[in-house]
Amino acid sequence: MARRLHKQRYLLDFALSSLWRRKGKNLALLGVYSLLVFVLASVLFFTQALKREAALVLAASPELIVQKLAAGRHDLIPAAYAERLREIRGVSRVSGRLWGYYYDARVRANYTVMAPEEVAVPEQAVLVGAGIARGRHLSRGSTLTFQGYDGTPRAFQVRGVLSPESELLTADLVLMAAADVRRLFGLAEGLYTDLTVAVNNPREVATVAAKIQELLPDTRPILRDEIRRTYEAAFDWRAGILLSVFSGALLAFLIFAWDKAAGLSAEERREIGILKAMGWETGEVLQLKFWEGAVVSLTAFFMGTLAAYLHVFVAAAPLLAPVLQGWSVLYPRFRLTPFIGLFEVAILFFFTVVPYTAATIVPTWRAAGLEPDQVMRS
Amino acid sequence: MIELSQVRKVFHAGRPNEHVAVAGVSLTLEAGRLTVFRGPSGSGKTTLLSLIGCMTRPTSGRIFLQGREITSLPLPFLTDLRRRTFGFIFQQFHLLAKVSVLENVMLPAYPLGESYSALKSRALSWLERLGLAAKAAAKVEWLSGGEAQRVAIARALINGPQVLIADEPTAHLDSHLSQEFMALMADFKTAGTTILIASHDPLVHEAVAVDRVVDLRDGRLVSPESRIC
Ligand SMILES: Nc1ncnc2c1ncn2[C@@H]1O[C@H](COP(=O)(O)OP(=O)(O)OP(=O)(O)O)[C@@H](O)[C@H]1O
Ligand SMILES: [Mg+2]
Repeated sequence: MARRLHKQRYLLDFALSSLWRRKGKNLALLGVYSLLVFVLASVLFFTQALKREAALVLAASPELIVQKLAAGRHDLIPAAYAERLREIRGVSRVSGRLWGYYYDARVRANYTVMAPEEVAVPEQAVLVGAGIARGRHLSRGSTLTFQGYDGTPRAFQVRGVLSPESELLTADLVLMAAADVRRLFGLAEGLYTDLTVAVNNPREVATVAAKIQELLPDTRPILRDEIRRTYEAAFDWRAGILLSVFSGALLAFLIFAWDKAAGLSAEERREIGILKAMGWETGEVLQLKFWEGAVVSLTAFFMGTLAAYLHVFVAAAPLLAPVLQGWSVLYPRFRLTPFIGLFEVAILFFFTVVPYTAATIVPTWRAAGLEPDQVMRS
Repeated sequence: MIELSQVRKVFHAGRPNEHVAVAGVSLTLEAGRLTVFRGPSGSGKTTLLSLIGCMTRPTSGRIFLQGREITSLPLPFLTDLRRRTFGFIFQQFHLLAKVSVLENVMLPAYPLGESYSALKSRALSWLERLGLAAKAAAKVEWLSGGEAQRVAIARALINGPQVLIADEPTAHLDSHLSQEFMALMADFKTAGTTILIASHDPLVHEAVAVDRVVDLRDGRLVSPESRIC
């Protein structure tokens, strides 16, 4: 047992010193390899993070939203509609939402201004999303001024910055008291932006929606499923672009590995011959080359993955950012929440480390299969 | 003791370029003796040494090592036998470039997995005996021809072989170094090692330590079968 361990130590040490002996070639190899892993891992992390953000957005959105339509355009909905909806069987709760988009010319971004249902915000105060806080350099205690619907400036004190699990969800969010929302947008009492409807049995959502349509023909019920479909379409489009980047990088990687497989330098071939003549078995030469391949590929894997993590989650993916355009209004200050799926990383590992290590072993296997006496004559 | 019985080695058998390198050699080599194989180029000296050293298998015939038939041993046993029983010194030395003298010497012992300190001290003591202690950390490409050969000798000895096999060991050495080499071989023989050398070099044939010269021609022993000194 100790002998086996010692043997592997010897092989690993010798593999390291062999790599170092050909450091020019191997460092170049490591560079290319790390770069490829970096591209693959960036794409992977990025798509995963987007997917998760989308899932969070969905989880946070109500099951059923009812908007009022006026000539096909969204209109404010009277509180009286809520009363009618409560009478529908299967509806457990109806609440009115107050929200609107506010365009901030200074950072050229749209904010979503909203009166929260769960938290109470005092009047003349706001909670802002992290994106806004960055864009306007706000922190607790600073003052944020909005231009009201009638042109009068309204000042709000920042009570805090929202730091939820998903920045995508809240980056552009401004929370304020319902009365303030009404004053800012000039919404009369008894009117809401839209209504959210909670349904007892999730399977009855479609039925309830149909009843609402029948009962109030000038409204439009929006199911979460529809939102999901919209999101998925948007996401799939982005994923499609990223997938092409991903497969391109993967292809480059395979060519690279193949090239490595095809070529064993005369020097390496000679060394293999000497080792065989020295009494090394084919299997031992293969183990040596396995260590060489494993050291290079593991180092490249960790360096590439780490660089990709920094790129995507710390530097906000500058190289992939164009894909993000249109996803968030606060682009490009938008920052993804670090999230890594072990399964995906395992896949990445499998598609990079394994083929490379195999690619180093295969040609060795051919060369090491020669009879050792061949080196007696050369 | 090594015994060869009707050993043949045919290259490219059954093809137009078929070549019989060793054509039925029967021979007994005493343990602890120094035997030299002599013959013109292409007579099969190198091939015969590779057959004895388990580097390659004969096409037919049998080889016995201390009474044990080794020709039909499965490969792992053969490898194990080879690295514990035989030490090889090649004509071109075959040292690994850019690797230190010490590591070159230790290389054949890596697969055996003994402790590093034991292996290293053994390698260093061989280098010392061969006058190379100061060169242990040097890269082999900085060595002179004679030094390189002594590194190759130290490497051949690292696993404590009973049989030392040298193919044209003096081809790259001047007369003085050649004589030194033969003197070393004489020392090893005194210590009980069996020594087999293939050589064209009269300096080798005429060395006092040589017990026996075996003449080869066209893959056969030249009669009278051998000359016992
Ligand atoms: N792998 C091989 N394939 C084909 N022919 C071979 C092979 N190895 C050796 N031979 C042939 O076998 C014959 C004997 O070769 P060997 O190297 O044993 O001779 P040698 O006596 O050592 O010659 P030299 O004194 O030149 O070293 C030669 O004709 C050689 O060409
Ligand atoms: Mg020869």
